[in-house]
Amino acid sequence: MTETPLAAPLNVGFDYTRSTGPVLGRFVNALRDRRIEGIRGSDGRVHVPPVEYDPVTAEQLSEFVPVAEEGTVVSWSWCPRPLDGQPLNRPFAWALVKLDGADTPMLHAVDAGEPGNIHSGQRVRVRWADEVVGHIRDIAYFLPVDAEDTTPTQPAPPVADREEGAPVSVVITPVHLKYLHSASPEESTYLRGLAEGKLIGQRCPACGKVYIPPRGACPTDGVPTTEEVELPDTGIVTTFCIVNVPFLGQRIKPPYVAAYILLDGADIAFLHLVLGCAAEDVKMGMRVRAAWKPRDEWWTSLENISHFEPTGEPDAAYETFAHHL
Amino acid sequence: MPDVAIAGFAKAPNVRETEGTTNGVEMLVPIFAEVFAQTGLSKQDIDFWCSGSSDYLAGRAFSFIAAVDAIGAFPPIHESHVEMDAAWALYEAWLKIKMGEVETALVYGFGKSSAGQLRRVLALQLDPYVVTPLWPDSVSIAGIQARLGLEAGLWSEKDLAEVAARGTTQDVAELLDTPYYADPLRKHDIAPITDGAAVIVLSTVERAREIVERPAVITGIEHRVDSPVLGARDLTRSPSTEAAGKALDLDGVDLAELHAPFTHQELILRSALGLGDGVKINPSGGALAANPMFSAGLARIGEAAIRIHSGESRKAVAHATSGPALQQNLVTVLEAR
Repeated sequence: MTETPLAAPLNVGFDYTRSTGPVLGRFVNALRDRRIEGIRGSDGRVHVPPVEYDPVTAEQLSEFVPVAEEGTVVSWSWCPRPLDGQPLNRPFAWALVKLDGADTPMLHAVDAGEPGNIHSGQRVRVRWADEVVGHIRDIAYFLPVDAEDTTPTQPAPPVADREEGAPVSVVITPVHLKYLHSASPEESTYLRGLAEGKLIGQRCPACGKVYIPPRGACPTDGVPTTEEVELPDTGIVTTFCIVNVPFLGQRIKPPYVAAYILLDGADIAFLHLVLGCAAEDVKMGMRVRAAWKPRDEWWTSLENISHFEPTGEPDAAYETFAHHL
Repeated sequence: MPDVAIAGFAKAPNVRETEGTTNGVEMLVPIFAEVFAQTGLSKQDIDFWCSGSSDYLAGRAFSFIAAVDAIGAFPPIHESHVEMDAAWALYEAWLKIKMGEVETALVYGFGKSSAGQLRRVLALQLDPYVVTPLWPDSVSIAGIQARLGLEAGLWSEKDLAEVAARGTTQDVAELLDTPYYADPLRKHDIAPITDGAAVIVLSTVERAREIVERPAVITGIEHRVDSPVLGARDLTRSPSTEAAGKALDLDGVDLAELHAPFTHQELILRSALGLGDGVKINPSGGALAANPMFSAGLARIGEAAIRIHSGESRKAVAHATSGPALQQNLVTVLEAR
């Protein structure tokens, strides 16, 4: 019986950063002054938020129209279990709200407490964020016009670097997504092997090639690799580059060598570091051996091998690895 | 220009959650084998490969690259990818055959929707300045759309339950007795989260005749798009589906596979395509039975095609959608010829 594939949380995050241009730029800068501006479309309709190009004719638009911060709910749906990042972290309504002076409704949240407190046609008003920065989130949410307003708003979104007094020209939206990442059964075998200091490749049942890490499908035959092959921790450098450029997140001080290592008995190289000699001494065909981290630091990761080091043996002849380049 | 037909279709089991990777290899390897067995073709017979999937669904960049291993992509193949439902990959493959560049093509789509939080991930399909930053989820946007039709009298909650009842053992009254999941939507109004994949083999009609007795000939394929601005369009209609339908000859259609992830969207689509009571709707169960992201639209085309192959239908229409609230729509007409 095969073991369950390994899985682990994968959280990705980045600040989605966009320049605004003249139309959206004007909109977000007005928000920073707690004003809302729409734009007049080719058919005379006022669009809020403003659109850069007419949704019907695609004509470029430029006639800005101030609108009210009160409006009417056109349609809504109840959100009983708010998700990360939504305007409210308690149950609320999503609504299309047509602001007075606008002809198209905008999507936003209404803090209504429960579904019985909201209906289409309801009058609502903007609840501004406690701190406005020039972002759609400056509208924290909407409230029924007569509702009390005592709750502090969530923190403002991050602010793009700008000179004091300068208009907002960039909006930043933090994006954070959570996944459960699963390794394939073949990758799981390999990763579990690493935790025991073993390098386990697998052989394609069709072409006989040995892959490390093993593949969910052989790129030649399209079938999963199956037969396990334990490989030694020695091999050769097939090709390499000397990293001279510093970059964000770099763990080793340049210059250093990133190389393709082809383990003895494998048919595919993988990327790793070659240390233990001067960068300019690394050569194609150079014999290397894994430098393992102390055993108590091992886990299901190729990080268990700190780097590869020259063994001092004679280099492999080019013809022996030419077909692996 | 050569006529194009569908010669084969296979799909992975549609399940709530798989143990597999987000690159789809585990789902794709078996269905490639299935479609090759079905058609008698091998990978050497495929001139062009095209796929649909999404990095945001997978949570990693260039996630479709690893899926290419499932093909057995060495020696190098002629391959392309769309970051949309694979129905749009089928459109690209259809063009390649129409242009005479290739004779056969294999189209596939895959998605592991269960890896992330689907209704939140889909917020990234929205306007990045003024909509995505609010993180509206796909169910809530559909709820707003559904209520617009409910309050305009275009459909009732009973109408929605009738759509759902087709795929369940519960009757309409029982469905209407269930609580709201996200008012005005109940659980039965919402497509399930599904991991899945689908594959279609396309070829010239001449080639298809060697493979299958009654090829499903693509006699029309059109796609249109509506404004991404949710407030700027009438959400109770689907003008892009209407426009795609108008550009096609839908006379005599006896079966429709509609990609409607919400019950009310099926009603919008039926009306947009002018499908009368005589048209059999979603014999496969449609997206309400299984909604594997990025292959559910392709699967609609495949499900319609196999019913032409089997003789159950003479002329069928298949629809695929992508984006929020039916933003983009692709309509295909298939005929036994």
